[in-house]
Amino acid sequence: MEGPINKIKISLDGKTIFAPKGSTIVEAARENGIYIPTLCHFEGTDPKACCRICTVKINNRLMTSCTTPIAEGMEIESNSAELNDLRKSIVELLFVSGNHFCPTCEKSGNCELQALAYRFKMLVPRFPYSFPRKEVDASSPKIIKEQNRCIACKRCIKTIRDEKGRHYFAYKNRGQHLEVVLDPVLGAAMPDDLARKAMENCPVGSILYKEKGFDEPIGTRKYDKQPIGSEIENQS
Amino acid sequence: MNKKIIATTSLAGCFGCHMSILDIDERILDLIELVEFDKSPIDDIKKFTQPVDIGIIEGGCCNSENTQILKYFRENCKILVSLGECAIMGGLPAMRNGIPIQECLNEAYLDGPTVQENHEHIIPNDEELPLLLDKVYPCHEVVKIDYFLPGCPPRADLIWNALYALITENPMEMPYEVVKFD
Ligand code: SF4
Ligand code: SF4
Ligand code: FES
Repeated sequence: MEGPINKIKISLDGKTIFAPKGSTIVEAARENGIYIPTLCHFEGTDPKACCRICTVKINNRLMTSCTTPIAEGMEIESNSAELNDLRKSIVELLFVSGNHFCPTCEKSGNCELQALAYRFKMLVPRFPYSFPRKEVDASSPKIIKEQNRCIACKRCIKTIRDEKGRHYFAYKNRGQHLEVVLDPVLGAAMPDDLARKAMENCPVGSILYKEKGFDEPIGTRKYDKQPIGSEIENQS
Repeated sequence: MNKKIIATTSLAGCFGCHMSILDIDERILDLIELVEFDKSPIDDIKKFTQPVDIGIIEGGCCNSENTQILKYFRENCKILVSLGECAIMGGLPAMRNGIPIQECLNEAYLDGPTVQENHEHIIPNDEELPLLLDKVYPCHEVVKIDYFLPGCPPRADLIWNALYALITENPMEMPYEVVKFD
């Protein structure tokens, strides 16, 4: 089959699709109405591949599809029982390695981690809960940094900067003590719109805009009725 | 069909999950045709009177009494179901996990902003009181649990679908909207 000009032909889960040269696998799939789960990746930014949720199989090798560009004739496996269980296990690991008390969380219903758990029908994580001790930093006038829920996806680090390009958020410590913290100096004078954007861009409830509580009734939130990814799957 | 025997308990929970059982509305009339309740706060039967088919656990384990009751349920029930976030992951009580128990007790009885008139600085430790555990444990970290129904509380439809499936030994329906963590 000849494809459209300037487009590359690949096979995804046995289906032939076309996408522009230079697209990543995630983008190519999305353009064709196929959802590959992502979590740390934020559209329009450089993928950093921290979470591995988007893992697919290419020639029997596991690769992150948010970073891998498509190539002519590539054969990709994504929506298989094996890969979905792998993804589910990552979600479960994230749940047990932080403190995710969804019933008390401002982001519940709009949270991408929770939505992925719903999509993969997680009823209980297969791993034991670690209940780490984490702090809540409410020192900034605009936001609360809730460390119990941070999944270290780097989205805030990448997307929240001032006009000079300085980052509001940064990594602190290493290994299991790694945290994403707010710069105290910049944080003290954070503009309102940036604070709201920070809350929006965080996939979970780790960045909270102050004085905004639970303002959407249960049943009307983003992932109450439709699984994450259905906006892509139902687009055509 | 013989009626299935059901037992329920609330460990470190708030009874919200039990309220949600009642929230199945008029289907409760269908339920009593299908099941008989044994030990449960609903009928106030304190001790098992017969082998039970389905045991429903609300709440996690925060003290020695909770673990005793949970083990008692495991010994007497063929199937155990963790109902709700507290049974599944500790829930709100588990927010103390990670904080040393002495610190929690000090906050509750000595230093907290709402502590008044505890002039003798007493932290209750009467031997009649169940012993607090070092942290709140999810039920499946104490005994084997067969099924998990999340939610805070679990939606009544989820509870009904699960009970109906277990009673009639059919596969369970799990529509997307009914499996939620809040
Ligand atoms: S961040 Fe998401 S998964 Fe974590 S507690 Fe909040 S809603 Fe639940
Ligand atoms: S605060 Fe949110 S956006 Fe930033 S790294 Fe943590 S989870 Fe990601
Ligand atoms: S979305 Fe690709 S690694 Fe996180």
